[in-house]
Amino acid sequence: MPSQTHVTTTINGEPVQFLCEPRQSLLECLRDILGMTGTKEGCNDGNCGACTVVFDGRIVTSCLVLGVEAQGKEISTIEGIARGNRLHPLQQAFLENAALQCGICTPGFIVAAKALLDQEREPSEERIRFWLANNLCRCTGYDKIVRAVEQAAAVSKQEAAR
Amino acid sequence: MSAKAYSVIGTRPIRHDGADKVTGRALYGADFTAAGLLHGAILRSPHAHARIKRIDISRALAYPGVKAVITSADFPEAAERTVDMGEGDTPLSYARGNVLAIDKALYRGHAVAAVAAASLHVAEEAAALIEVEYEPLGCVLTAPEAMLETAPQLHEGKSNLASQFQHVLGDAAKGFAEADVVVEREFNTATVHQGYIEPHNATALWNNDGRVHIWCSTQGSFVVRDCTAIILDIPVSQVKVTPMEIGGGFGGKIPVYLEPVAALLSKKTGRPVKIVMTRKDCFEATGPTPGSFMRVKIGAMKDGRITAAQAYLAFEAGAYPGAMVGPAGMTVFAAYDIPNAVIDGFDVVVNKPSTAAYRAPGAPNAAFATESVIDELAQKLGIDPLEFRLKNAAKEGTRRVDGPKFRRIGCVEVLEAMKNHPHYSAPLGGPNRGRGVAIGFWFNVGLQSSATLNVNADGTVNLVEGSTDIGGTRTSIAMQAAEVLGIPVADVNPSVVDTDTVGFTAVTGGSRTTFATGWAAYEAAQDVVRQMKERAAKLWEIDATAVSFDAGVFTSGERKLTFKELADRLPATGGPIVGRATVNPPGVGGSFAGNIVDVEVDPETGKTSILRFTAVQDVGKAIHPSYVEGQIQGGSVQGIGWALNEEYYMGADGTMMNSSFLDYRMPTALDLPMIDTCIVEVANPGHPFGVRGVGEANIVPPTPAIANAIQRATGVRMTRLPMSPPAIMEALWRESSSQRSSGN
Amino acid sequence: MKWFDYECPRTVEAAVGLLSAPGRKVRALAGGTDLLVQLRAGRREADLVVDIKEIRELNELRLDSTGLTIGAAVPCYRIYNDPAIARAYPGLIDAVSLIGGTQIQGRASLGGNLANAAPSADAVPVLIALGARCLMAGPAGARSLAVEDFCVAPGRNALAPGELLVSIHIAAPASGSGAAYLRFIPRNEMDIAVVGAGASVVLDGNVFAEARIALASVAPTPLFAAQAGDSLIGKPVGEASINAAAEIAKAAAKPITDMRGTAEYRRHLCGVMTRRALTRAIARAKETN
Ligand SMILES: Cc1cc2nc3c(=O)[nH]c(=O)nc-3n(C[C@H](O)[C@H](O)[C@H](O)COP(=O)(O)OP(=O)(O)OC[C@H]3O[C@@H](n4cnc5c(N)ncnc54)[C@H](O)[C@@H]3O)c2cc1C
Ligand code: FES
Ligand code: FES
Repeated sequence: MPSQTHVTTTINGEPVQFLCEPRQSLLECLRDILGMTGTKEGCNDGNCGACTVVFDGRIVTSCLVLGVEAQGKEISTIEGIARGNRLHPLQQAFLENAALQCGICTPGFIVAAKALLDQEREPSEERIRFWLANNLCRCTGYDKIVRAVEQAAAVSKQEAAR
Repeated sequence: MSAKAYSVIGTRPIRHDGADKVTGRALYGADFTAAGLLHGAILRSPHAHARIKRIDISRALAYPGVKAVITSADFPEAAERTVDMGEGDTPLSYARGNVLAIDKALYRGHAVAAVAAASLHVAEEAAALIEVEYEPLGCVLTAPEAMLETAPQLHEGKSNLASQFQHVLGDAAKGFAEADVVVEREFNTATVHQGYIEPHNATALWNNDGRVHIWCSTQGSFVVRDCTAIILDIPVSQVKVTPMEIGGGFGGKIPVYLEPVAALLSKKTGRPVKIVMTRKDCFEATGPTPGSFMRVKIGAMKDGRITAAQAYLAFEAGAYPGAMVGPAGMTVFAAYDIPNAVIDGFDVVVNKPSTAAYRAPGAPNAAFATESVIDELAQKLGIDPLEFRLKNAAKEGTRRVDGPKFRRIGCVEVLEAMKNHPHYSAPLGGPNRGRGVAIGFWFNVGLQSSATLNVNADGTVNLVEGSTDIGGTRTSIAMQAAEVLGIPVADVNPSVVDTDTVGFTAVTGGSRTTFATGWAAYEAAQDVVRQMKERAAKLWEIDATAVSFDAGVFTSGERKLTFKELADRLPATGGPIVGRATVNPPGVGGSFAGNIVDVEVDPETGKTSILRFTAVQDVGKAIHPSYVEGQIQGGSVQGIGWALNEEYYMGADGTMMNSSFLDYRMPTALDLPMIDTCIVEVANPGHPFGVRGVGEANIVPPTPAIANAIQRATGVRMTRLPMSPPAIMEALWRESSSQRSSGN
Repeated sequence: MKWFDYECPRTVEAAVGLLSAPGRKVRALAGGTDLLVQLRAGRREADLVVDIKEIRELNELRLDSTGLTIGAAVPCYRIYNDPAIARAYPGLIDAVSLIGGTQIQGRASLGGNLANAAPSADAVPVLIALGARCLMAGPAGARSLAVEDFCVAPGRNALAPGELLVSIHIAAPASGSGAAYLRFIPRNEMDIAVVGAGASVVLDGNVFAEARIALASVAPTPLFAAQAGDSLIGKPVGEASINAAAEIAKAAAKPITDMRGTAEYRRHLCGVMTRRALTRAIARAKETN
């Protein structure tokens, strides 16, 4: 059997090394090799966004990234969002707004929405909907998700003002 | 009844599993792993209908890394008999056949063989090495075609028309004769999928002691236990199911597909085996909801009174009998008080995946037909569509065509709320726009549930239940226990446990969980209160009947102990207290939902935009209003997807051409406005807190409401789902050419 | 997915060397949003995947007096995030900001969109309309090709074995020019064009000095509707000339019926989308005048 590839990368700020086959997606590497199952698989073809991670500063669907591509890159996942013991304002807003039902889409939405709020203070409803169109949720109809993102934006703005 | 002030019910606490679910810590089925885990892959039929003449697994078995290969020949020998798979009786060969094809493949994607290997990629490669010799047979894809004499037969010696029924009330012929206006239309709806984001998955370990342990994402762990035991012909006591977190189901995660296969592979290998479906598998090989052909005829007098109605409902069951046509027959005219009616229902097998439940199964199809005809009648009579519905609305005492008489229901209240909603009188504000309304009904179910409550010495309680939590039910159930015990809901710690650890609990489905498992928690809490009173009585050396309990405080005269104080005294007064309850409640209350929707249709492309959407629903009592709103919004949006774009686009050979999220086109965040909800609370007299189910009725009205809105925006009446842009464009062309030819 | 080897060369030469490996099924990997989906579904095969994202030339994004050079592996977001490019090429921005969704745009490249050679590729019509050229490097050296000649059949492009698409070049916009890309999809994002139309015009006062129109999803390859554009030249801007061009575009289309729409519906949309794209391009041309 052909040999596996050694990958050195950074995940949620920590140096990480793993062995994988070139054909394994970053999603598979995170979940099956590294045991980081917070990132979810819904379609394995880039459509649902459940596998969203930040890859070198941009959100991507990790099912469409090869694990070997992580070499030398920086990755953030849902496991790195909370600030120590405190939930991130987005996580808190998702809970307060009941923006999740089954919760399978939630990690992807939170990672994607955080990337938006990291670059834009006050996105409009339209902007939020556009940014999140690569994330499918079948349970909520998106209403409460959009509101949660709006609330988190407001909270972050207050925190920044303080 | 609903006037009673509650301290917990009606509040919006943060769900107990919330932190796990926003941090990625919650473990869903596919997240499960175990030492020595093998991965399974399934070989699926490329034909929609074919005889399986020969299967050669030798090359797959010889492939490096492969540990086992199975086919239906690996099912243990068992005589054909009728078995109960949780949704009525079926022959064992059907139950098994849908898990691994026996003799024939009946739909494209039908599982034929399975492989277990050290890695998923190896298992997939090996599955491709299995040689199957098929004799392709003609396939049939719609109910009307399958009912023709000449149609290919799916099950040898059995008609494709698996069953039929008729409900009759009064004298329809007489009723139609009395009518001033009669509208009759034919409707077609495409097969659609629940579209849960998490694919099906199962891990099984057939242990050396013969016990089978399954970890999976399911709506009903006991259904998985019982069905797996039936299919594998082993006692239920040999099967233990641990329900993992579940990423959506909507009815589609009730049947078993992978569990028995993973178990057989584990039996052969002695190791745990995990199988996860691909998205394509979910579309091609799990149960969608039936496509249907329907004809509905309704007659009314000039004053707006409906005199008669008739429905012909032919539903596609998919490969095995059991289309949801029964519920369609129960709901098709349920919103109205109709003196004379006939309903004919037909359950027809076709070469598509075996259908399963999907949120109020059968009812959205039926409502699309009825509510479209009702709308047209209102137009013909020149009566406001809500007034017309109000005039004929079902009430307490109304007899449904299929027999039962309604108890207290909220149909009128929902219609009144729609009429009074500011949306209904708001200006439309532009050309090519239209406003539609519709209502829908779902009867909800009760079924068995169990719960136990363990009182901790610090005054908190642990709630143990068996209903898998798909949308916050841990909390809505815990709230009902907390209300009884007079403690904060944060002091109730709910756990969803495996089938060895809690009493039988039916599926999370039928809008029953908050209703029935909530009721079990209510009863278990009453049991706790009863036992705690005895302890207080013991401490105070009085009779237990002299102790009263209110708002979390036990009293007798001047003496009082809070729940917490008394809990602290349990060790000294006889030991721990466990409250228990099992229920099978009869008092289920049906729910009505209504929509007001504004659309704009682009006359050049046929594309419909949803501008504004209001969803009204009678929920009995909203235990946790946020999650009730969430159910209403989610069901509404599934209905919007069903109305506008979702469908199984089938090739003539029975291949689903759009088996990906890209081409199946469920709504994204950008396709929708906010979904306004309006909760109506007409208490259900059959539940201690007045709860009705809330999960399903909301998906019933969207398709006709949108059809009615499109009709008002464009003048064309759409009678086929989905009302996709090309379908609307073609209807517009037909309309304009028929206007031309009639010289208008 | 079948086993493949992975290489990540740093230079064009090294990449060309790998792509020319004799007897191997080699595929370039840019954003992977087409390739990985196709490999997984068994629709394409590879035993060697060559990641081209670490090659300098393929990551270049340069706006200068000659125009815009876009490295073949540059993901969509880098293009629309650059304000100067967004100002100069709004028609291109239309296309790159509607491919997939945010996550897909974090990876998907113009090079991949072109090389994948789907009839529905959203970036191609506007590149054709803008008169863009493909710059390629291969065992036989470098060459360039007009974008309209790059896609030759569904899923097949004009690259010779071992050849790599290096970059795409678009000339500096003339004064009085405007371009636009519009597509029709049933959803509002995350969908494949039922019909797409790219248009680019140069106006001389109220008269068309130049015009190019190209269409997506109406033929086996992205379709350059040259006659439709030519019909406008010398004509005054107005409903009559626009509608006439739209009719010609419609006649040039050879659509098929599939799950995304019937041939008849698509032909109809050709007219609608061409008209709308032209109208938007004209409005932009007037703004720059
Ligand atoms: C969810 C989703 C939504 C999508 N939506 C759209 C859409 O709206 N519109 C649209 O047009 N497309 C869409 N696509 C398709 C895809 O994203 C685009 O075609 C994208 O531009 C491809 O770029 P890439 O960099 O990912 O290409 P890759 O997948 O890396 O490559 C595509 C093909 O081109 C070859 N290739 C790539 N670069 C080179 C090169 N420099 N030289 C030679 N060959 C090369 C590869 O070998 C491969 O065969 C979508 C895809 C997904 C998964
Ligand atoms: S799993 Fe990656 S986008 Fe769905
Ligand atoms: S909460 Fe279930 S998919 Fe979003």
